Amino acid sequence: MNPAGFPEQVRRAWAIAKKDIRIYYFKGPVLIFGVFMPVFLFLAFFMGSRQLPLSFLISGLVGMTLFFTATAVSPAIFPWEGSAKTLERLASCPITIEAIVFGDMIASLLFGIGITMVTVIIGLALGLSLLHGITLLAAIFLAACCFSAIGMLLAVPPTNVPSNIMMLSSLIKFPLVFISGIFIPLEQMPAWGLVLAVCSPLTYFTDLVRYSFTDTHYFPVLIDTIVLAVFTLVFTVITMYLHKRTMPRRM
Amino acid sequence: MTAVIHALNLTKVFGSSTAVDHISFDVRQGEIFGFLGPNGAGKTTTTRMLTGVIPLDAGSATILGHDIRSEPVLAKQGFGVVPETSNAYTDLTAWQNLMLMGELYGLPRARAEQRSSDLLGMVGLLERKDQKVQAYSKGMKQRIILAMALIHEPELLFLDEPTSGLDVQSTQMILSLLRDLNRQGTTIFLTTHNMEEANRLCHRVAIIRGGKMVAIDAPEKLKTAIDRVHRIEVSFDREVPGDALAALGSVIEVSRAGDKWQITTQDKDATIRSLMTFSQQNGAAIVTLNTLAPSLDEAFLRLTQEAKP
Repeated sequence: MNPAGFPEQVRRAWAIAKKDIRIYYFKGPVLIFGVFMPVFLFLAFFMGSRQLPLSFLISGLVGMTLFFTATAVSPAIFPWEGSAKTLERLASCPITIEAIVFGDMIASLLFGIGITMVTVIIGLALGLSLLHGITLLAAIFLAACCFSAIGMLLAVPPTNVPSNIMMLSSLIKFPLVFISGIFIPLEQMPAWGLVLAVCSPLTYFTDLVRYSFTDTHYFPVLIDTIVLAVFTLVFTVITMYLHKRTMPRRM
Repeated sequence: MTAVIHALNLTKVFGSSTAVDHISFDVRQGEIFGFLGPNGAGKTTTTRMLTGVIPLDAGSATILGHDIRSEPVLAKQGFGVVPETSNAYTDLTAWQNLMLMGELYGLPRARAEQRSSDLLGMVGLLERKDQKVQAYSKGMKQRIILAMALIHEPELLFLDEPTSGLDVQSTQMILSLLRDLNRQGTTIFLTTHNMEEANRLCHRVAIIRGGKMVAIDAPEKLKTAIDRVHRIEVSFDREVPGDALAALGSVIEVSRAGDKWQITTQDKDATIRSLMTFSQQNGAAIVTLNTLAPSLDEAFLRLTQEAKP
């Protein structure tokens, strides 16, 4: 066994993920939030705006559910662990910072996927038909990776006060929802809106979900997939690089 | 003897303050090495650099043959850490904490379970293994983090104030465990404020003050080295004249303390030999004979005071 080798570090990242799920995600309030959020999103958008068909709303609802759940807890894990000194315990263990970040990402993507499936099931229960199931599953997985990397990116500022990070996180997450074709279809967006929309990974995910349920899309499916994959890669590399730089300042 | 820790010009700067200033030392295999110093001296910063928690600003540290900067994972694989503040996951049970550590150190599941069971028994927590750590007392938390540090049977153990604020029972249990571990070959790097603990436990101690190394030696040598003169306390079964004692070789001063004589001398060995001869020649049997060495507390205070800027 080479402790510093890639397979061994992946195994240790999985241990971090299991620890996160047990401590931060398998909590009553978090699970209740996870189940109620999609339900209330449906109630708010479906019952509150009858002029928009459910087939259009579903892409935004799935997009928001995945985006908010995959970035809900992960930004606060480092600040929590920093203040509880458990991060120092991890720092003295034979695990790289990249593996710790990767472990946190795995936990957040599993949580995001799990809760998003609730939204998808509600949509199907309300009569929507899924036309491209494989595309939807692949898109959810890819976007969950991307959003969990964004979640970890939000945790980069080396503060051990979770509320600071949550504030910053909200400041970034909410504007992103408004520019991603969730409330206004991309076809109806002004030119400046489209310029902003193409900068958001959420845009490509909602476009893929829309394709999965309605067979319509704004960008070609391949482009959506490639751009989402590139975003995932770039965010993952950046978040790992930045955490490596800021980690010592948390200690 | 092989150096398990080799620190060379270890330096850490926080803003305009140099917390650790070019300190160098070796910790030998199989020894208990005490790292002493007053608050803010740089003990914890040094330990955190050696354990790879914070980066070095200058110098180098080799732990078990691996550079902590270039091979941190390999270095960390060989040691365990018990920090001053308990940092077990309080939302997990003792068992879950140990299993997590087992996974982080790459232990196979069966081995991790066996070790966890053995260690929980060793620290007296086996019956409470399924209880969340948040319900534990301070002593129990300290025992569980000791068990967590030992899960992978490390060759080297770092402990930062392991008995600070603990009750007598937990303190004695931890000290006894440390002695046993050391007997089995584990090298121990112990940061402590407790001079008595260091005196009884450590083969060598280093004293740090203001980020600089002040002294490094065996506790007994350190105690005697701080005084250029030594004191001997002696009593006889009959009255002897003080002037005769003052005339013995190397004696500087003689004073009466109850039924005993306190002798200040430059050469402890020569004076004790002279006292033996004096006893025989004068037919005065020695009842008690003690060398009054300064305590490690005194040595520590003297050394840290002298190093004050």
